[in-house]
Amino acid sequence: MFPVLQVGPLALRTPVLFLLAGVFLGLSLAERHAARRGVDPARLYPLVLVVLLAGVLGARLSYAAGQAAAFRSAPLSLLSLDSGLLDPWGGLAAGLLAALVYGQRKRLPFWSTLDALTPALAVSAIAVGLAHLAAGSAFGAPVSLPWSVLLWGVRRHPSQVYEILSALAILGLLWPRFRREARPGELFLLFIAISAGARLFLETFRGDSLPVFGGMRLAQIVAWLVLAAALWVFEARRGTADKAAGAE
Amino acid sequence: MQPIPRRILFAFILLLGLAWTTSSRLGPEAAASGQPAAPQTGFPAPEIILETLDGESISLADLQGQAVIVNFWASWCPPCRAEMPAIQRVYDDYRAGGLVVLAVNTSDNLADAQAFLSANGLTFPVLFDHDGAVGVRYRVSVLPTTFFIDKRGIIRSVVIGGPLSEASLRARIADLLEEAP
Repeated sequence: MFPVLQVGPLALRTPVLFLLAGVFLGLSLAERHAARRGVDPARLYPLVLVVLLAGVLGARLSYAAGQAAAFRSAPLSLLSLDSGLLDPWGGLAAGLLAALVYGQRKRLPFWSTLDALTPALAVSAIAVGLAHLAAGSAFGAPVSLPWSVLLWGVRRHPSQVYEILSALAILGLLWPRFRREARPGELFLLFIAISAGARLFLETFRGDSLPVFGGMRLAQIVAWLVLAAALWVFEARRGTADKAAGAE
Repeated sequence: MQPIPRRILFAFILLLGLAWTTSSRLGPEAAASGQPAAPQTGFPAPEIILETLDGESISLADLQGQAVIVNFWASWCPPCRAEMPAIQRVYDDYRAGGLVVLAVNTSDNLADAQAFLSANGLTFPVLFDHDGAVGVRYRVSVLPTTFFIDKRGIIRSVVIGGPLSEASLRARIADLLEEAP
């Protein structure tokens, strides 16, 4: 729990610092391996920058559209630095759209670019865990274990630590594959599948799960769908590749 | 020995995931009301009992059924001063709709705080946290820090630092006031 880093008169939000550092370090790692996948490393930074800017812009506009009355009486608040005034789904949609448009314009190879970005995603996942730890969010379910931590008045699963360890393990597991040749898309799909599987497993130890349909945890249902989609696409791409190889 | 076919492995993984998801369902007892009070989104707000300048004692627990903004501030803190007029405007607009603002003055000099209040014509209750105990209970490490509390007494969002923009206040308050008590 250290949500704020005080540097002289500046109160810096530690979670935000972790996320920015994660994206930056992750991109540096991705840059080193991009050429091997036929992706120009110089294209990665602008792509990520475009996606981040479009994401923030989309998230703010989408939030403001849902709170039109509040923003009509104070339009300058559109520029507010308040990170609570963001709609994550609007941001995700705008970011993905920007990525597709930018990728098409610059003729980036779809699957190879995703593979090239995978090291950045894997490092950013560690940063997300650190950000949760700093903010005390994504906290664990109450439990009495030798490694329970006292947080928000109760001894709990150190869910943020589980999250960081799992992200580190996934990075370690994929590390050798960053340098290895593989069919386009497989590194990315593997990362998505393992991360979704880890989330599905670890959500059980969270104390802030959103229940739906008689107590099922929403995050687990979403993680399962993502896992299924990643495995299905992996299998479908292998199938067409094998067929193409057989036909030759 | 033949390796396990990939499709069977994938199907097995998905079944395992389904089984784990079903077995880790939440029971009905896992509602927010069972949580201890803590200064964090999703938890019941810790109690505040403090006096205003006039000596009137105000308790947060008595304000159930109303949406509450708890704003920790000090007169020496520029962003705190900057956001007060916006808080006053929002208070004027939503007071009749059931909004309560508690401006908790902490780590401050009483005379400075009084001078600031009278110079700015602020009409919402200002509470004085003389010994800083409420600030500690709310883990306030930066001024201003603002808590948005719903009609059931649950903290719905926390904003560390400022100044808060007027739309930040209006959007959050409109959401809280729309809800049934």
